[in-house]
Amino acid sequence: MKSDMELITSEGKRRDGRSPEDIRKIKIEAGVLHRADGSCYLEWGGNKVLAAVYGPREAVPRHTQNPLRAIVQARYNMAAFSVEDRKRPGPDRRSVEISKVISEALERVVLTEQFPRASIDVNIEVLDAEAGTRCAGLTAAAVALIDAGIPMRDIPVACAAGKIGGQVVLDLGKEEDNFGDADLPIAISPRTGEVLLLQMDGHLTLDEFNQAFDLAVKGCHIVSEIQKKAIMHKYQSAAAEVQE
Amino acid sequence: MANEGRQVVIPGQVLGDISAFRPGRGTFVENKKIYAERLGVLNIQDTFIHIIPLKGRYEAVVGDFVIGVVEEASTSNWMVDINAPYPALLHVHEVPWEIEFADTEKYLNTGDTILAKVLSVDESKKLQITLNDRNLFKLKGGHLIEFEPSMYRRIMGKKYSMIEIIQKYTRCRIKVGKNGRIWIDGDAEGIHKVLQAISKIESEAITFGLTDRIEEFLKKDAKDVR
Repeated sequence: MKSDMELITSEGKRRDGRSPEDIRKIKIEAGVLHRADGSCYLEWGGNKVLAAVYGPREAVPRHTQNPLRAIVQARYNMAAFSVEDRKRPGPDRRSVEISKVISEALERVVLTEQFPRASIDVNIEVLDAEAGTRCAGLTAAAVALIDAGIPMRDIPVACAAGKIGGQVVLDLGKEEDNFGDADLPIAISPRTGEVLLLQMDGHLTLDEFNQAFDLAVKGCHIVSEIQKKAIMHKYQSAAAEVQE
Repeated sequence: MANEGRQVVIPGQVLGDISAFRPGRGTFVENKKIYAERLGVLNIQDTFIHIIPLKGRYEAVVGDFVIGVVEEASTSNWMVDINAPYPALLHVHEVPWEIEFADTEKYLNTGDTILAKVLSVDESKKLQITLNDRNLFKLKGGHLIEFEPSMYRRIMGKKYSMIEIIQKYTRCRIKVGKNGRIWIDGDAEGIHKVLQAISKIESEAITFGLTDRIEEFLKKDAKDVR
């Protein structure tokens, strides 16, 4: 693939036909695994992510325990077959970093003080990757946490914005991420607007940054609605079926 | 109450204003607004709002009857798994037997099932249970199954109506622990029916008239009723 390809036309049409402010298609299903306390399967464009939550349970080893609150341990992992060239299995520099930022984002919304000494374990498994897996992973993890019945202040949600061909756009696709100018994934608490995660790759001017940030927040709110619908669908449908 | 099912709420959902309602379990207050903190069913009694959770770990409360599985026997106590986030401690003073020092394994060993009561829960959620009360003992034989602890009330029914119906039609001995465990003893057919009934209750928990439907379901192929 050439790096001088046109990522966005002058009319603002992207390679996959989206306009600058469109997100990719998202599908979320809660409670897909029976052995986990809570789970979620999410498809975001070409991304396929599975999240499972265990706990709260006693944190081991003992020295990781916090006597006043629970710890949230997220583990982000990419399957060997999730990318074009086989990814060497196991944690690497990138996945350790993503695990850390997701753990910290989730810890901020979970009511951890209700479970002293405990650990809430979140496993995020990326089955298929196509740019924006940390956003997809965090969004799936949030749904899985609710499915596990864990008390939270809000439902965290993530979305990315970026810059391609000199234009600020929402939710970068694969080529856009690889050959674009910048990527700005953020996670927010949609109720309060609090920022839970903010990372940036590439270069943006201050104006472009503000524009991209506002766009990403807008994207988060769109994704948040899809998240809420998925949870409601799972738990309200059980009630509706029997009402016939 | 109306018959259109109960309202399911999700974390962060606004439930009302602090001036009009009183916040209860499963809610939190921020800027004078009451929010839901977990997935559950909304319950408003007069001005009191609380949430009945749909899922989640068992939260130990002093006095609860629980079914525990012994994890480890030490010289003067046992560690018992009661399905809570933390293991519970059972001290030798809290059992009805005279136990010589380091003889704990003779009475209860790893894998044994006990019907116990929560004795204490401290602020760091350290749990203690006891066997020193009426109707508390080591369970022998039978089957142990798990359910969502939040479904306890649905499984018991109003004034134990649900569990009595199940016992009546299946002729099984059933013990229900508040921690989401049920111990069943009886013939294979009876146990199978209890399992079916419990899973039916779990999947239809947020609907009305459930007790009648369960009775109908059990009545269908009941041969001899006690």
